[in-house]
Amino acid sequence: MENLREQFSEAIKQAAARRRPVRIRGFGSKDFYGGVPRGEVLDTTRYTGVVDYAPEELVITARAGTPLAEIEAVLAEKNQMLPFEPPHFGPRATLGGCIAAGLSGPRRPYAGAVRDFVLGVLLMDGRGDVLRFGGQVMKNVAGYDVSRLVTGALGTLGLILEISLKVLPRPAAEITLQMEMDATAALIAMNRWAGEPLPISATCYHDHVLTVRLSGAQAAVRAAQVRLGGQVLAAGEAFWRGIREHSANFFRDARPLWRISLPSTRSLDLPGKQLLEWGGALRWVFTDADTATVRAAAQAAGGHATLFRATRKQGPVFSPLPAPLLALHKRVKQAFDPHGIFNPGRMYDEF
Amino acid sequence: MKSDRIHKRLREILPPGALLTEREDVAPYETDGLTAFRRLPMAVAIPETEEQVRQILRACYEEGVPVVARGSGTGLSGGALPHESGVLLSLARFNRILHVDPLARIARVEPGVPNLAISEAVAPFGLYYAPDPSSQIACSIGGNVAENSGGVHCLKYGLTVHNILALRVLTIEGEVLEIGSEALDAPGYDFLALLTGSEGMLGVITQVTVKLLPKPERAQVIMAGFDDVKKAGAAVGAIIAAGIVPAGLEMMDKLAIHAAEDFVHAGYPLDVEAILLCELDGTEAEVEEEMEKVRGVLAAAGATRLRVAQDEAQRLRLWAGRKAAFPAVGRISPDYYCMDGTIPRKRLPEVLARIAALSREYGLAVANVFHAGDGNLHPLILYDANKPGELARAEAFGGRILEACVEAGGTITGEHGVGVEKIDQMCVQFRSKELLLFHAIKQAWDVRGLLNPGKAVPTLNRCAEFGAMHVHGGQLKFPDIPRF
Repeated sequence: MENLREQFSEAIKQAAARRRPVRIRGFGSKDFYGGVPRGEVLDTTRYTGVVDYAPEELVITARAGTPLAEIEAVLAEKNQMLPFEPPHFGPRATLGGCIAAGLSGPRRPYAGAVRDFVLGVLLMDGRGDVLRFGGQVMKNVAGYDVSRLVTGALGTLGLILEISLKVLPRPAAEITLQMEMDATAALIAMNRWAGEPLPISATCYHDHVLTVRLSGAQAAVRAAQVRLGGQVLAAGEAFWRGIREHSANFFRDARPLWRISLPSTRSLDLPGKQLLEWGGALRWVFTDADTATVRAAAQAAGGHATLFRATRKQGPVFSPLPAPLLALHKRVKQAFDPHGIFNPGRMYDEF
Repeated sequence: MKSDRIHKRLREILPPGALLTEREDVAPYETDGLTAFRRLPMAVAIPETEEQVRQILRACYEEGVPVVARGSGTGLSGGALPHESGVLLSLARFNRILHVDPLARIARVEPGVPNLAISEAVAPFGLYYAPDPSSQIACSIGGNVAENSGGVHCLKYGLTVHNILALRVLTIEGEVLEIGSEALDAPGYDFLALLTGSEGMLGVITQVTVKLLPKPERAQVIMAGFDDVKKAGAAVGAIIAAGIVPAGLEMMDKLAIHAAEDFVHAGYPLDVEAILLCELDGTEAEVEEEMEKVRGVLAAAGATRLRVAQDEAQRLRLWAGRKAAFPAVGRISPDYYCMDGTIPRKRLPEVLARIAALSREYGLAVANVFHAGDGNLHPLILYDANKPGELARAEAFGGRILEACVEAGGTITGEHGVGVEKIDQMCVQFRSKELLLFHAIKQAWDVRGLLNPGKAVPTLNRCAEFGAMHVHGGQLKFPDIPRF
């Protein structure tokens, strides 16, 4: 692994010297996400392995190329899990890609996002130097929070080598309920319930059906089931996997797929078809509406829109940043990657 | 003179009474919660509007005058220690709760609002704001964001960074930035995380949007006494391994127990070496189910005493001792120095042994109080400031404790921040390359280095002097970085 690290460093130094872009890549399960990747591939798939796992500390540390599935299996053995339920979008998705993409699954509004569980990273910067930030402890406020900053930065700030994550025990009991209602009622119900002490761990609304997952102590789940009512969905686990991995029927559509993040109580007015997740705070929309229309609708609702999947990507994939923020992004990027070699254009055209 | 010029400009921006320049007027601001450090600011500005803040920052930027933002001044690492040739920017008048949306479970507040006031304001809706620093009755939410403050609830509910959604921030140039949003994410880099815990070095916060959580139906606490600190430490790991994440898991050693018991009569046993307080929260049924489990785990871990609070009054009494531990120690010693380091929990016994050995070496007693659930230690070093040399000895001892935390795989600060207090220990936890990147981040936000200079991130010179790293031939990267 030491050898590999030296190879990475050498490749980065050469790319920096020649001002050539480097495209950091695992198995490419998220190649579709963000701006079109370019540059010479820096392959992380051989940089693998769980470095440290202490179940009683609720912390796991692994190298970036480690398959997510392997990490989840290791945790499952000790009855623990990644609480943010990352989508894989492919059988060989890596931990590094999961952190760089910063995508979280159905449990996100109730447990937290990827970045909420990142405790520390080992990072290679644009000079080929290895830097360590954060650590393996839950509370750490020394220095700027670089570990969380690089989470979701789509590899534009550096090559993530190693990640320490907080993990959690798997809930003792879990059940999925379904009930029919209209969209307005569902939005209100999801928000009301989130304000009550109920063990809700996922919500989804589509096609007049609200699906709710309850997780926690046996007694808590039973009591909540009585409170909420509805039908028990036997294939609950498969249902949530379908939502998380976009393999559910809803996601079979040729139109561009938009991911719209907005305050959980707002409605979103767009043509096409919609699926609600995250207690109303996340909407998946298949629509032929043009980019300007989608962005305007998202903004009117207090949110932002990402062109998540599309055969042709026109214009910026992520909502454009206001000028002062964009300037700050460029300066921060420069601090990490002075020669601008890491994944240029993957997030924004400007850096 | 520079000070005359900036005074004149600030006077034009602020109404009468909102600018303090006389020695006796600025004196109350000379220290924050870390009273061992005191420094008089050149001026204290107490603006009322964001526009005034913007103009103050702009003026300071143009004149090259440092700015230190201050909330309630309860910080424990000297993060709000004034700069002698700078402006202390008090945000005390930014104390309004601007908006509460109970359905969306968010509140937008100004930075000077005390932490506890948020929970009080939203209590009628059955909601609360989870992070609960011990000083929550007084500490401001803006300060909490600046220091990424924690508290007892952190293990289960996270730190400040996990419980805020958006910030309105002014840069030193006076530019307004909206960071984050009322949605669960925002496009671009996670500047919300970068700003949280940045100790006022990157921008000045004028609004904070916090997440609110439903108040748990029930909270119950169990107290366990142990005849051996090691056993208590092991019990902490055993609870977690049993799949339970308590709402609070606190530990006190013998000296802290005795001091607290004498002070508040919480009903702690005096014949034990350590006690654990474990709080569970959730639904009635859930708490009952998990409390049975925890009781079993603690008994198996060798607890010699076990007591479950039978009602709310008993629960509060058991917590009263823990919450009063700091003032209780203050009663048995003229002064104490509160440290803040985090370690992996499994290293607890050896770190405690190390602290005990250092205590003998420095000839100063230590009471240990800590957030056992997340490994955040708060050793209280007892000393007497009136005895020559004792303060310096306490500080040196404290530094050694933090170094022991880093050696054990932990960190020099879990929740209090680096400020000026732990700036030397930053050189122990980080190498020059990381520190250089911190400086580069700082420069990206504050090119002239005017926001809270000299805090949180040490210069490489300082580290070289501290002796923890080597600067070859005096050649530094970024020679233009201001070095204080």
